[in-house]
Amino acid sequence: MFTLNFDVEKCLCCETQSCLTRCQYLDIDRDSAQEEILKIARGEDSFVLHNCVTCYACEEYCPMGNHPFFLIVEQQEALNLLPVPRPLIKRAVNLGVPFRGKPEIAEVNGPVLNMAAFSELVGLIQGRLFKGLTVISTDGRKMFHYFCQLMYLHYAKSSVIKERLPGIIDTINRHKPTEVICFHDECYGTYTSYCSAVGIDVPFKPVHFYDFLYRRLTELKDAIRPVNLKVAYQRPCSSRLSPDKHHFVRDIFELVGVECVEREYVDENALCCAGAIQGQRREGSRRRAAEIQRKNIEDIKKAGAQTCIFNCPACYQTLGTMLAREGIKPMHMSDLCRLAIGEKPTGRR
Amino acid sequence: MDPIYQALVDIAGEEYVSNRPEELYIYSFDLGTAEPCRPHYVISTRTTEHIQNIVRLANKENIPVVPLGGGLSLAGLAVPLKGGILLDLKRMDSIIEVNEKARYAVLECGVSQGQLTAYLERHHPHLTHSEPGAPPSATIVGNAVIHGQGDLAQPYGFNSDLVNGLEVVLPTGEVCHFGSVAIGAGWFTNHPLPDMGLFLGWCGATGIITKVSIRLFPAKKIRGVGTFVVEDEELIPEIIYKLTHTQMAEDIIAFSRAIPPFASGLQHVTVNIAADSDKELEFKQEIIWDDTLGEYIRKGDGGYLGFVRSLERPQISKTSDYKKGGGFEYVGSIMPIDRYPECYRKGREISERHGIPYTVTGRCIGAGHNMMFAWTYAFNRADPATIEQAREALHETDDLVLELGGVIWKPGTYGQKLLLERLDPGTRELMRKVKKLLDPNGIMNPGNWEVD
Repeated sequence: MFTLNFDVEKCLCCETQSCLTRCQYLDIDRDSAQEEILKIARGEDSFVLHNCVTCYACEEYCPMGNHPFFLIVEQQEALNLLPVPRPLIKRAVNLGVPFRGKPEIAEVNGPVLNMAAFSELVGLIQGRLFKGLTVISTDGRKMFHYFCQLMYLHYAKSSVIKERLPGIIDTINRHKPTEVICFHDECYGTYTSYCSAVGIDVPFKPVHFYDFLYRRLTELKDAIRPVNLKVAYQRPCSSRLSPDKHHFVRDIFELVGVECVEREYVDENALCCAGAIQGQRREGSRRRAAEIQRKNIEDIKKAGAQTCIFNCPACYQTLGTMLAREGIKPMHMSDLCRLAIGEKPTGRR
Repeated sequence: MDPIYQALVDIAGEEYVSNRPEELYIYSFDLGTAEPCRPHYVISTRTTEHIQNIVRLANKENIPVVPLGGGLSLAGLAVPLKGGILLDLKRMDSIIEVNEKARYAVLECGVSQGQLTAYLERHHPHLTHSEPGAPPSATIVGNAVIHGQGDLAQPYGFNSDLVNGLEVVLPTGEVCHFGSVAIGAGWFTNHPLPDMGLFLGWCGATGIITKVSIRLFPAKKIRGVGTFVVEDEELIPEIIYKLTHTQMAEDIIAFSRAIPPFASGLQHVTVNIAADSDKELEFKQEIIWDDTLGEYIRKGDGGYLGFVRSLERPQISKTSDYKKGGGFEYVGSIMPIDRYPECYRKGREISERHGIPYTVTGRCIGAGHNMMFAWTYAFNRADPATIEQAREALHETDDLVLELGGVIWKPGTYGQKLLLERLDPGTRELMRKVKKLLDPNGIMNPGNWEVD
């Protein structure tokens, strides 16, 4: 079985313990933070294991390149301190079980765009930006063969990820891709951050969707007309696994001529969509989630955004309708890019 | 020229009558596993007078008459088991009156539930009706006739309990009215005149309902559905009991199914909640999820899956996609809610024995007074072996309903036989007399509820 590469020495040397002191959902000082993270690393119980909202942010906050979130999740599972009620865990684990036949594998020998478990969103990858690009996982009946599994971090089920992920990687690799553009940044985070943390080999080159979009927009630069919208960005939890790619958000915004509004909950201080929080076991989780969502949307409104841009379909599903009710249009990043080159956005209900 | 055909043409006009084999074929089956039977004629009526003339003709010629609404019962209730005249009522589709203040609608018998929903949304957005989980083309009268239930069954009961009055053509051709309309006082109540409930639940064997007055209810600005999940089926009766105690839910449905895999071995409880404001919605959500079900969440036995601001009707028909050929039929029962765990376990056993992915659904009726529990079986329409497999599973399930102390809902002929065998002799004799009195020549939907 694959083992998490977590270096306790790094925590002992850490001067900030930012993983926990910067957590937006815990109130903890530096000394206590060190004590708690070391307890977790030793396999002991900690209040952090009970109160973690599974937002992934500590992976980004850690200045030592350690993996505090992956550690928390592993220990939650080891100590059976499941953050979510058992039936929801069973449901989620079964959700990723393919049941409609095997995928048809065609060798590509070139770049592919992997829709993963979002085959139904192929409408978002139409037009000139995607022209000539081979897309895999376009059949909703078979999409779970391409599902990166990282969602199970929210359910304290690292074991499921480790068990299934090599098979998923093998399926993708059988297409013989030279590079795999990940539609969802959770996939990108899986193949770059998680796999290396637990020692799973990734035989292909993962490419972040925004990296791809930026390159394509640059190639189509002459077609770009400034969109002239004030936009906010809903940062997905999994983008904490690839903070080095987060700059593409502003790069793309600049390229397509939108104004990224100044707001409190942005970049490293971004708030989770709270979709994973509302179902947690901890008392008051539903209300907590609603409160986080209210704060987030108020912040977007106050900053004067007309549109909120998304990468993660789950964030979109959680917040999209709420934002629309407040007069803020939810939009996927690819739709914004298509708008900039004069194409009609697909939209999503 | 066939004289009966000609007489029917004289009643409704040539373009609304047919005895052509290709059209008779269409009317020979429903979407379930019942064996097909062709009518001799099909006629699409427009008026009550048409129907009066047809039943008079049928008595004269001693030929069966089978009324058909949306034709979606799946139990073969409008399959013309003994041929005769198939009466397609879909053309009688006028919405005659909607009384906003007294909250009722008077409808002709061919008005579909989808039509009424669209009409109310457009013209009376403050009103709604208890919409069945059937496709939009199911008729309001058809649903009431089979004692159907809609998405307001939890607060208000069966759709047949929501009837304010009826116009009925008797098998001998007379027209009768029931409820306040019987004394010319409008269609606003079914009570307090002497009870004449001789038409609902009879599958058209005692007369043809031509008009209905159905109760409408407040349509809140926000209507949505939240989902709660447990693994232990034994928890479902107490969860429903607690939910109904809040008196804050509209529809309450529990279901489990083998496909898709996420639903397998788990019990999903969907709770429809309606509100006129975010404040009201949050208040109700807090009572339902946090206060009422919070103990299950904290123990880890139950999980809140979220709330969506749109109504998702129960989609049992999705099970038709489980096998090639897109067929499905279900046995419905009216059952005490405390039998849910056994219904689930035994239904699952039957499905697995017949190699069919299991699908079970329980809809709460009244404040937990009972539930409609359904076991659904998919089959391939093009494969007689799978149809037979499903039919066997359905018959086993009919037996199971009675074994578990329930009543088969909208039974087909097999289920009707089981019920009649167990029926109190006095009641059975009364049914025989009623049938004989109303339909002396036995022309109405023969093969259904035949006491003799």
